[in-house]
Amino acid sequence: MPKLIIDGQEVEVPAEYTLLQACEEAGAEIPRFCYHERLSIAGNCRMCLVEVKGGPPKPVASCAMGVRDLRPGPNGEPPVVMTKSPMVKKAREGVMEFLLINHPLDCPICDQGGECDLQDQAMAYGVDTSRFHENKRAVEDKYIGPLVKTSMNRCIHCTRCVRFTAEVAGVGDLGAIGRGEDMEITTYLEHALGSELQANVIDLCPVGALTSKPYAFKARPWELTKTESVDVMDAVGSAIRVDSRGREVMRILPRINDAVNEEWISDKTRFVWDGLKTQRLDRPYLRENGRLRAASWAEAFAAIAARVKTAAPGRIGAIAGDLASVEDMFALKSLMTALGSANIDCRQDGAALDPANGRASYIFNPTIEGIEQADAILIVGSNPRREAPVLNARIRKRWRMAPVAIGVVGESVDLTYSYDYLGAGPDTLADIVAGKGAFAEAFARAERPLVIVGQGALAREDGAAVLSLAARVAGRDGWNGLAVLHTAASRVGGLDLGFVPGEGGLTAPAMAGTGALDVLFLLGADEIDVAPGAFVVYQGTHGDRGAHRADVILPGATYTEKSGLYVNTEGRVQRANRAVFPPGDAREDWAILRALSDVLGKRLPFDSLDALRQALVAAHPHFARIDEIEPADAGALARLAKTKAKPGKAPFASPITDFYLTNPIARASAVMADCSALAAGRLPQAAE
Amino acid sequence: MSVRRLAAQEVQPASFAFTPENAEWAGRQIAKYPEGRQASAVIPLLWKAQEQSGGWVPEAAIRHIAGMLGMPYIRVLEVATFYTMFALEPVGEHFVQLCGTTPCMLRGAEALKKVCHDVIGPQKTVTADGKLSWLEVECLGACCNAPMVQIGYDYYEDLTPESFAALLEDLRAGRPVKPGPQNGRHASEPKDAVKTLTDPALFDGSMVGAWKKRFAEEDAKAKAEAAGQAVAAAANPEPAKPEPTRAEQQKSDSPVARTARGKAPVSAEAREASGNSASSEATTKRRAKTAATVEPTDGSGTKRKR
Amino acid sequence: MLADRDRIFTNLYGLHSPGLKAAQMRGAWDGTKFLLEKGRDWVINEMKASGLRGRGGAGFPTGLKWSFMPKQSDGRPHYLVVNADESEPGTCKDREIMRHDPHLLIEGCLIASFAMGAHACYIYIRGEYVREREALQRAIDEAYDARLVGKDNVHGWPFDIYVHHGAGAYICGEETALLESLEGKKGMPRLKPPFPANMGLYGCPTTVNNVESIAVAGTILRRGAAWFAGIGRPNNVGTKLFCVSGHVNTPCNVEEEMGITFRELIDRHCGGIRGGWDNLLCVIPGGSSVPLVPAHEIADAYMDFDTLRGLKSGLGTAAVIVMDKSTDIVRAIARLSYFYKHESCGQCTPCREGTGWMWRVLTRMAEGRAQKREIDMLLDVTYQVEGHTICALGDAAAWPVQGLIRHFRHEIEKRIDEYAANPADAGVRDPEMMAAE
Repeated sequence: MPKLIIDGQEVEVPAEYTLLQACEEAGAEIPRFCYHERLSIAGNCRMCLVEVKGGPPKPVASCAMGVRDLRPGPNGEPPVVMTKSPMVKKAREGVMEFLLINHPLDCPICDQGGECDLQDQAMAYGVDTSRFHENKRAVEDKYIGPLVKTSMNRCIHCTRCVRFTAEVAGVGDLGAIGRGEDMEITTYLEHALGSELQANVIDLCPVGALTSKPYAFKARPWELTKTESVDVMDAVGSAIRVDSRGREVMRILPRINDAVNEEWISDKTRFVWDGLKTQRLDRPYLRENGRLRAASWAEAFAAIAARVKTAAPGRIGAIAGDLASVEDMFALKSLMTALGSANIDCRQDGAALDPANGRASYIFNPTIEGIEQADAILIVGSNPRREAPVLNARIRKRWRMAPVAIGVVGESVDLTYSYDYLGAGPDTLADIVAGKGAFAEAFARAERPLVIVGQGALAREDGAAVLSLAARVAGRDGWNGLAVLHTAASRVGGLDLGFVPGEGGLTAPAMAGTGALDVLFLLGADEIDVAPGAFVVYQGTHGDRGAHRADVILPGATYTEKSGLYVNTEGRVQRANRAVFPPGDAREDWAILRALSDVLGKRLPFDSLDALRQALVAAHPHFARIDEIEPADAGALARLAKTKAKPGKAPFASPITDFYLTNPIARASAVMADCSALAAGRLPQAAE
Repeated sequence: MSVRRLAAQEVQPASFAFTPENAEWAGRQIAKYPEGRQASAVIPLLWKAQEQSGGWVPEAAIRHIAGMLGMPYIRVLEVATFYTMFALEPVGEHFVQLCGTTPCMLRGAEALKKVCHDVIGPQKTVTADGKLSWLEVECLGACCNAPMVQIGYDYYEDLTPESFAALLEDLRAGRPVKPGPQNGRHASEPKDAVKTLTDPALFDGSMVGAWKKRFAEEDAKAKAEAAGQAVAAAANPEPAKPEPTRAEQQKSDSPVARTARGKAPVSAEAREASGNSASSEATTKRRAKTAATVEPTDGSGTKRKR
Repeated sequence: MLADRDRIFTNLYGLHSPGLKAAQMRGAWDGTKFLLEKGRDWVINEMKASGLRGRGGAGFPTGLKWSFMPKQSDGRPHYLVVNADESEPGTCKDREIMRHDPHLLIEGCLIASFAMGAHACYIYIRGEYVREREALQRAIDEAYDARLVGKDNVHGWPFDIYVHHGAGAYICGEETALLESLEGKKGMPRLKPPFPANMGLYGCPTTVNNVESIAVAGTILRRGAAWFAGIGRPNNVGTKLFCVSGHVNTPCNVEEEMGITFRELIDRHCGGIRGGWDNLLCVIPGGSSVPLVPAHEIADAYMDFDTLRGLKSGLGTAAVIVMDKSTDIVRAIARLSYFYKHESCGQCTPCREGTGWMWRVLTRMAEGRAQKREIDMLLDVTYQVEGHTICALGDAAAWPVQGLIRHFRHEIEKRIDEYAANPADAGVRDPEMMAAE
């Protein structure tokens, strides 16, 4: 590794490092605007200038200069770099002055205030007066969609947003038109951005040019309480930070987690927070004479107890919804076991995933980071762009890194990268397994193949047969390429818990059928239609489908209102943390179940969340290992492959038809409704 | 450069497609570039679209070309707004691009601007008859023929306010006009004072092939050395036309040769001859001598005007 | 004076036909195959020995540049790209080559491509040169028809030559911006390294040369490196096209030897300074990007790279802009500042913001609406732009202003004083160019 002397200190860094990275390695702070670790290097802001001895007598943009491009001294001395010399100081002051001459000094009304790179760096590297006495540039604001608000006077032309949309999001929507000082960032004719990841440009924008439209003028960063948590809008489990003020969630931002979401989150993850405040169930309800009325907790529990006592254990069932935490499901499972019922299921969609086949049969075995190692990718019955946009960005990242064969069986849609469209249904998959076709041959040669199996391929009659087919081509020595892509945040946790029908138990679709049960618990299960007949207890957060069907409503807590474990599609155990309290009489779900169990005479053996977790970990030790993936035995592949069932003919279709409206929280969000309407072409473009 | 916007919706045509002839032309342009690099043709195609649309690029053309080249719309819009020769709004039938950069300004471009104002009106407005519009542009690269304008594809050079006004009137009236210098010059030669490139030998083909002698000599020399005998003379061909080149004649007294010998590039005696401006003096003298030897008939070359 | 027989561009003024036959009579395409048969190394060595420095402005040795290309292809094709985006104010030499002596250029392209293992050459010509482009294309078609170029040509080096054009952007004269433009993008200069010789057009090894540098190659190889190196002054050799514009009696293009004195150049070819030598105010000797040189310094200076650098200016493209004492020098330079503001690509901060700032301040200064302390501030701004940008346009925008302040500070101060003494009288001189947008 080459040696460098940075500010008098000798460091050794990899040759592929940029000078900026080398300087950071040496502990020197380098200001920057355009440079971003996850984007291509533009080198245009000129803020990161450093002095290199021996080169031409001018400063060098450290973000764009590679360590290997530096020449050693005449006698082979390491190159000398200075980040604090007078030349560097002067250069930074000069660049900062240029950045500010046409920047409006409207910080008091700018949402970026307090977390603005330009503000911070002007304080650190700028001078305190301006010598610019001409008129400042005025730039028209642009409409670029309902999520990102523009204030183009503030733009410093770093082009991070353009690079993000082109490189990571994979949509050619943003561009810089015109030239010189009149260059402007815009979309084509001010159409809305068409990416599910678009709002990340808000975080990337180092100034207040691109800010959050829904959050506009709502709060100042220093007023907010920051809670680190994980997202439940999909099964990726993106790391998020929930910013709250008082009892209100004000916004949601991504946290860096290289293993999962790098530093991106989807727009649904980011903007669902207004849905946390509307349509909330904030007190128990009872249905009387066909109408729901507000009730006390005691009344609600009494009504449930009355029905449960008269029902046979085999006529009682429970379905866990997509947003349930592991603790909630554990409590519910314990309760159902105590009631003597084997009718439990966490698979509302009836996906053919069975914990009995081993953990490797239902998780994303290669891991999300492992996508970057894959040398061939087969996507079966999934639209990852809608089902897991952040994971889709990782596939795109892999595709950009080097040529890789990507094949799709299912719907032919724009995934932001090019792929071979192979066919629509199981027949095509069978052909690939049989080695027919050029793609199948290439896939067979791959050393680290990846077979992404979506719920569109599994939540159907022949799901087990499809999974079996997929398992046959996914394995290699030391590599398990079977990658089940879930859409529900609760699903892997539920499967890990064994929240599936016990001996003789009914599956979710069976439970929902006519006359199957007398009493049905829905733990936030809103994606399933329950036939008339059964007495339905809905425990959840929003007045959505489940609540409409309910006979008793028990108001629960959303993911921002409770501490809970979630297992993402990779099988990674992560913990969401409470940022605010549930509204009104709503309570944390495990506590509701604990209280109900008392009324039902089946008191659960834990009085606190800690006690619950101890019991949970005692039963399932891997839940103690937060942020880790319990290794799964690849033998599951062989077991799956042996399945004899025959696949059908129907083409695969992604279960998600509307990305923005996949769960009760999202459906309560006005912002998501706007996005959904826009995506469907119903909202007029450009607010003119 | 000011902010460039697409023309208002009212003037935009609803659709655009290349004529069959232009589409074929576009195909040939795209074929110039390697497989997968068809985006390279974006400037020529926009250019053709502008030509086909009467001198400006409609929005529909941007989308059409983006589709042809497999580029996102915004990338083509970026190109159309970055390059200033793409007019984004309708222009006159005769679109005058007036060079206003310093070399033309020194020779009277500002007077021409006044003519434009008087005859046409403010920049970017089309005359009522649709014939003329104008725009001040940056250096058009005909500085020796300043001041000049470009109208359509042609340059009109060496203008005066009078000749320019007459030119505009002729164009408006549909009378034929002659592109190029308007003052009787042929191109960028010194007007009425061409002193160079007069040697007929340059043009009658008599110099063709003469240079090969050098290689023959070198070959022969190499052969002679290889043989270790002084037989170079035998291998030396007769001097062919033209006369030995200047370099050969001068070898002994060129500045380069002098420097190589460790002397000043300009000889000391020449320097002494005239105080401060010695060096230029000396060079001039030396040149005069050279000119005299090489071009004995060209007396003017030796004159000094100081 | 350079002898006619030592001139390379014998049809500079277009007094003869630019066609192939006539060009061959003038010596183009004469023994090209013979030259190529001497081999690639010989060509490059001869070019190096000739001492030819790039004619596009920077003066980098051409032979050396050619030698940077990989000797062996790693599978990627090599490209020659000819920079015919002649846009530097004051410069109009390549135009004459392309419309009057195009075959010298085409032959040079073949030779240069052969020397660096390229089988394809793109000539990027500025968009405004429509007629020149047509002339060049005609000549290329002639060469194809005569099988001088093409996949199967008489020279035995498969070679295709294409004309590509821009659409009005000075910045595309910067070699990497030119490549970006050629790839169908905005002409925004790339970061270097990597240099085009490693990663150029379409990510392949590429050399970008000026038209004049390429067009002289054939003649240099024929006449010999020693011939070319024998003309001019040490390290500044050969012949050079000078474009003389501005306040001379007969502005013209002329091929002269490097290191001719300014006085001789003007007196011999341009009919002297308008109003006589005493009327000379200053000269921009190398295109708008170099600082001006006042009359007393330039009058007897050698017109070559090193001498002019010694005068804190440069030879650049040898575009000599002469200004006599009638010139409003502050406005003349302010107009150049407008040019750079207009042509800045907007990519990097100092140039994007600095060019507009400099222009606005200079425009005020031209009218006197300024403070004297702003002169030093303006100078400081130019230093903040210079050397801090991705490409040289920042430097080019800063230098003319520096030259103005270096030599004509008194003139600016006089304006300011005049305006301060009687502001009511001083109207805005040029509303078109009013700074306040």
